[in-house]
Amino acid sequence: MKLLVIEDDREAGSFIEKGLIEAGHTVHLSMDGDSGYHLGTTGTYDVMIIDRMLPKRDGLSIISSLRDQSIETPVLILSALGQVDDRITGLKAGGDDYLTKPYSFAELLARVEVLGRRRNGNSQQTVYEFGGLKLDRLANAVSRDGRDIILQPREFRLLEYLMARAGQVVTRTMLLEGVWDLHFDPQTNVIDVHISRLRSKIETGYPSPVLHTVRGRGYMIKA
Amino acid sequence: MNRLRMALSSTAVRFSLLFLLLFFAASIGLVLYVTSLSTQIIQTQAKTAIEQQLDRLQVAYERAGIPGLFRYVEREANQPGANLYLIADQSGRILSGNVRELQPGVLDRSGWVQNPFTYSRFGDDDGEEFRAVAQVLKLPNGLTLLVGRDLSEPERFRGLVRQALTLALGFMMLGALLIWLLVGRRALRRIDSVSIESHRIIAGDLTRRLPVGASGDEFDRLAVNLNSLLDRIESLDKGVRNVSNNLAHDLKTPLTRLQARTENALINAKTPKDLKSALKSNLAESEALIRTFNAILTISKLEAGAILDNRQALVLGPIIDDVVELMEPVAEAMGVRLIYSGNNQAVCLVNRDLIAQALLNLIENSIRHAGDSNRCIEVHLGQTRNGTAEITVKDNGQGIPENMLEAVTERFVRLDPSRSTAGTGLGLNLVKAIAEAHGGKLELSDNNPGLSATISLPLAI
Repeated sequence: MKLLVIEDDREAGSFIEKGLIEAGHTVHLSMDGDSGYHLGTTGTYDVMIIDRMLPKRDGLSIISSLRDQSIETPVLILSALGQVDDRITGLKAGGDDYLTKPYSFAELLARVEVLGRRRNGNSQQTVYEFGGLKLDRLANAVSRDGRDIILQPREFRLLEYLMARAGQVVTRTMLLEGVWDLHFDPQTNVIDVHISRLRSKIETGYPSPVLHTVRGRGYMIKA
Repeated sequence: MNRLRMALSSTAVRFSLLFLLLFFAASIGLVLYVTSLSTQIIQTQAKTAIEQQLDRLQVAYERAGIPGLFRYVEREANQPGANLYLIADQSGRILSGNVRELQPGVLDRSGWVQNPFTYSRFGDDDGEEFRAVAQVLKLPNGLTLLVGRDLSEPERFRGLVRQALTLALGFMMLGALLIWLLVGRRALRRIDSVSIESHRIIAGDLTRRLPVGASGDEFDRLAVNLNSLLDRIESLDKGVRNVSNNLAHDLKTPLTRLQARTENALINAKTPKDLKSALKSNLAESEALIRTFNAILTISKLEAGAILDNRQALVLGPIIDDVVELMEPVAEAMGVRLIYSGNNQAVCLVNRDLIAQALLNLIENSIRHAGDSNRCIEVHLGQTRNGTAEITVKDNGQGIPENMLEAVTERFVRLDPSRSTAGTGLGLNLVKAIAEAHGGKLELSDNNPGLSATISLPLAI
């Protein structure tokens, strides 16, 4: 993917740049609001990562201006402001996701990749299928190798969230936000417990795992 | 001298002196004004009376010449009254009238004698001197006619007015001085006692309080308010001290570990695997540090009232459902049953994330401290008659000793004084801060056995 990073902190910026390049992406790094905005107006990026507080022009105004020009590139906002209301203002300005500093690079990478994938238009499928595992959103049914699997409503949504991002790492925080709509760090292994429950239903009795743990990062559906 | 300077440095004394001075000046002005006004009135009256007499003399003169004039003067002079008549010859000898002697020089010029002059009178044998104003006329045959009016009576009246006025003002001044001494000095003394006491407080003794009298007047009310302000400052000060002590401990320990592990890895690690494992544990340590920091920040923001703008009227039931559902597998994994009851329609003005976080903290706390047998946590949503919703989380674990129930909701307070067990010591404090930010409260009580924690929130409808 082609990514734009607007971050004024040199060290943080090059840290992100380096990590994203290692993950196989093309990265343009901009150190201030003005030049970042001009790069953004080209509209050629898959995802933009924009720090909220920037010299010359603040992150939120960059996003609003880009949205006014119908540039719909997904934006991940980085911010030191982590209160609930800060996040809401960020999303209202046109951001697609919000990450509070300090964050782990794994979290950033996972969110960027999910945002990029969303742009490439595989959202809102009605049926997801992966390695014999099939989830039908309209019929509300899950099956594997033709055998029905009964899931609780929340387990269904959890699996749906994961399958919609098959092949991509999904972090615990993303699951808590996406499936439970809770925006805080629960400081426990809640998500792990839910995953292992789900896993026992979709993997027990089948020869190969589909829901993988990516150490230090999160979970991923893959064959 | 020193005392005088001190007294002068007080605003009240300076104001009092200024007022005294102004009052004094105004009094003198008033007396002078009234006296000059009455002098004017007296002179005008005298002038009018004299002109009337002159008119009559004119008539007598026109009718019978000089002899007529003399007759008129003789007749009038014998009558009692304040009028003065005199006819003198060229040498100034008095020929007729009721004036025995005159201040010299009065007869020298004709016309009005503006300034009062002295004279003595016939029939008043002790030679007393009176004061008068007059008009002098030179008659064609060398005679001089003087018609005047005595001023003693009006002047005595004027003196009386002045005296009365001076006396009244004097008394008023005395009264003002007395009132100031009684009231002002008392007020000053009380202000002084407050300022002395506040000096001691400023010097660092936050336990002292301002003196409060029994009368309940303005000063007492002020002192009571200032004292409660001091109470608040004292508790905040204590809080800050506590927090910085605990912060020092809670952050210093992991930071020291972080440093030691890094140093150790740099010196002793031989394989990449060793380095990797050191880095991993450092990462975990720094994540825990960030969590502690985030919790502190959230609590401070809540205490500063940060979320007030960001609340919605929500039915509490579904939020509790979500959290219970989220935590249920965690409880189960620990062998604890999690039961939720009381699905009522309570609607409160809340921030969903914060309420969920508070409840999650309580449930997590209960799971960690659940008892040994028949482990069970009950979550209940109730509604009281006085318009509050109550979310209660009960466990049957070891509970919290009665005397610690209050303290554990404070920042960084833990039951384990060595602070060596896991946890930030901020969990219950965060719950309390969330409840209070929503206008509610957190109450802990003994569940016999176990802990019962209740978040009460004001209902929105």
